[in-house]
Amino acid sequence: MSETKKYKKVAYYPGCALEGTAQPYDHSTKALGKALGLELEEVKNWNCCGAMEVKNIDPKIQTYLSSRVMSIAANEMGHDVVMAPCNGCYHNLKKAEYDLAHDEGSKEVVEKISKKAGHETYKAGQVETIHALDWIKDSIGEEGLKERVKNSLNGMKIANYYGCMYVRPRHIFPEKDQGPGSESTSAPHFMDDLLEAAGAENVDFPLKTACCGGAHTLSDSDTSTKLVLNILEAAEASGAEVIATECPTCHSGLEMHQIRAEKVLGRKTNVKIVYFTQLLGMAMGLSAKKVGVHQNISDSMDLMKEKGLA
Amino acid sequence: MTSISDIEAKIDAVSPDRGPDKAAADYLQLAENVLEIWLEAHDKPPTQDTKEGFRLLALHRQGAKGDGSFNACRETCRELCYRYNLVKQANHAPEKLAAAQQMTLLTRHLYLFISGKMQVSGLGDFCCASKPLRINEQQLH
Repeated sequence: MSETKKYKKVAYYPGCALEGTAQPYDHSTKALGKALGLELEEVKNWNCCGAMEVKNIDPKIQTYLSSRVMSIAANEMGHDVVMAPCNGCYHNLKKAEYDLAHDEGSKEVVEKISKKAGHETYKAGQVETIHALDWIKDSIGEEGLKERVKNSLNGMKIANYYGCMYVRPRHIFPEKDQGPGSESTSAPHFMDDLLEAAGAENVDFPLKTACCGGAHTLSDSDTSTKLVLNILEAAEASGAEVIATECPTCHSGLEMHQIRAEKVLGRKTNVKIVYFTQLLGMAMGLSAKKVGVHQNISDSMDLMKEKGLA
Repeated sequence: MTSISDIEAKIDAVSPDRGPDKAAADYLQLAENVLEIWLEAHDKPPTQDTKEGFRLLALHRQGAKGDGSFNACRETCRELCYRYNLVKQANHAPEKLAAAQQMTLLTRHLYLFISGKMQVSGLGDFCCASKPLRINEQQLH
């Protein structure tokens, strides 16, 4: 079977969302890893990455919070790779890495607080932070997935929605836009590649990285609902049966505002919202229940049955 | 001058079914109007320049100068130009129509994002742009 040693065993940083609203993402990521023979070791005593809230008040505190996660993985667990499936966590760890490599002020703050907190200070370059998409793409790859498919996704029409934080801002992702084989910040394709290898048919979806208004979902729900509705309608207009997601904030935003759009605006959409790890898990022969499809708010069980996946 | 609140109705009034080429030109114009309104609201005279053959891309670049969050609509602008080219170059009517229909949703997304930014200061600022909203107001460390 095709695979590389790269990322075979990584430190797993689930982040808060995967312990709350995005539990199906957590379950399916772990189940998929196991099915593919990849090992995840959860970062011990991890903390919030600083998300939006802390970054908004004081970005250097967010840098510290993210650096602590990386410090534990590197200095206490001996890992050199941290895998974060949440776009927000992934983005924040990458931002912290960038800040610590380029900003003396951030380094000073991180050193000062780490000392006070009683753990080793994280130094830029000690770990590589990757997303769940990098993890599967670089350890198993498309050919490896094709060899392992037990239940093809059977031409399921999928719109791949990456959201914003997976690719922006560009400067914190130096490994992207490096030519063939690398991820693109303007036209990301890793999720498309993996799902196609599992038998899906990716549709031409023009809003792959468009803003879903996630950060304003509580303060300005109407704008968020309209932005999400437009994404859902664009997916349907592109012929998609499913929107595949790789971010818990995007995923719950799409699910919740799909319901709200129907209630508030009277606009119903039928496209299903499913994590890419759930789709790949089912393609690898795991049951829909095992990957938590029944836990999603967007009910896709009938579609999965129709496709022979549940 | 069109106001931001007029744009949504104008987007709805364009009909790709009645002629994809005309619709594509109308959508591009409306997308430019959206960015012009944003720039004028920020005391920046909208550029007449083009980038890669499109004024929309030049307007986007102008809006993004000093405002990283504006890149959250960069791909929407680029997709609009791409779909416009598809409409102009497609040989078959169904392809032309499909590309023009996608322009409807792209133009609407651009409108929603920018009008959201005009109503709620900071939409997109602190997530994908990684830009703190209250930097230096207080030092917590």
